Amino acid sequence: MNCIIVDDEAAARAIVAHLCEQVDGLRVVDEFPNALQAIKYLNKNKVDVIFLDIHMPDFTGFDFIDTLKNPPKIVLTTSDRNFAIEAFEYDCIVDYLVKPITLPRFIKAAEKVKSFKAKTASITASNADLATPAPSPSEKELYVNIDRRLIKIEFSKIYLIEAKGDYILIKTEDKNYTVHSTLKKIEEKLPESSFLKVHRSFIINFKKIIDIEDNSVLIARDVIPISRSNRPELMKRLNLL
Amino acid sequence: MERPSLNYIIELSGGDAAFQDKLIAVVKEELPEEIKIYQGHMRDSAFAKAAEDVHKIKHKLGILSLEQAYELAIAYEEELKHGNSRLRAQFEKILEQCVDFISDL
Repeated sequence: MNCIIVDDEAAARAIVAHLCEQVDGLRVVDEFPNALQAIKYLNKNKVDVIFLDIHMPDFTGFDFIDTLKNPPKIVLTTSDRNFAIEAFEYDCIVDYLVKPITLPRFIKAAEKVKSFKAKTASITASNADLATPAPSPSEKELYVNIDRRLIKIEFSKIYLIEAKGDYILIKTEDKNYTVHSTLKKIEEKLPESSFLKVHRSFIINFKKIIDIEDNSVLIARDVIPISRSNRPELMKRLNLL
Repeated sequence: MERPSLNYIIELSGGDAAFQDKLIAVVKEELPEEIKIYQGHMRDSAFAKAAEDVHKIKHKLGILSLEQAYELAIAYEEELKHGNSRLRAQFEKILEQCVDFISDL
């Protein structure tokens, strides 16, 4: 896989280039200290992966991605922990590395890129036989940023999400996660086939409902209010006898 | 008290001395320059720009294995964005240590 490195810091470029050398099949074809030079290069050349710093003067990593018509796979490299949620709104972003990057963490990112590339190739190859495309991993799970770690949560395990000021509380069968985000943002990421906002402070996985009584729903051990405006949509989604 | 070290660089290099030398040379060149730009912005009370400088310097603190200093830099960067320079003295003391450390390399 051919890759380029875009970072305004020479030390960061040297580190990523060295890390790339440690991974079989990953070849650095060029490095750029700013996004504009990288855009010029990409107008004439194709690459498989971009290791991209977010925080650059004048033109941020996200601005850079927005300029690309068909972006390759992108691994973000940053000293900022706060962009993880925004990062995963881009389909092309495969991973998010917080500087200073360690070799084990970099290898994990490289493996993810390889696996995404392999999946893309397999989907492309089998598209002719499929009525609908295979589901992407993002339809099965969600990554949340907690204390510098991106934690995978499977949608099928979530039963409730509650708004708590600037945070949301994600309740799963195994444990609960408090994440700095909003109900609106996570709602956009959840599959409609399972999740529904039943109240301004609650989204439920309606496949996990135990029972419904008047204007409340019992889900696991939580009794959640259903607002009057959301009740008709909930009833529509249920398989009523 | 936490001190700068080459632990991260050595671990990252996997014994590749040429890479160690290269990275140390880059840090020796970049860090003083970044500090100079930061100091200029602080002199002008351009705190938002200084926050960006701290952001960049923060990575160098990580490279020099300064974990606590890295956390302090995160807090300082955030506070500078809001015009608060409360952590300035602490941060600048760390910078002095870093400059002393790299000039001895």
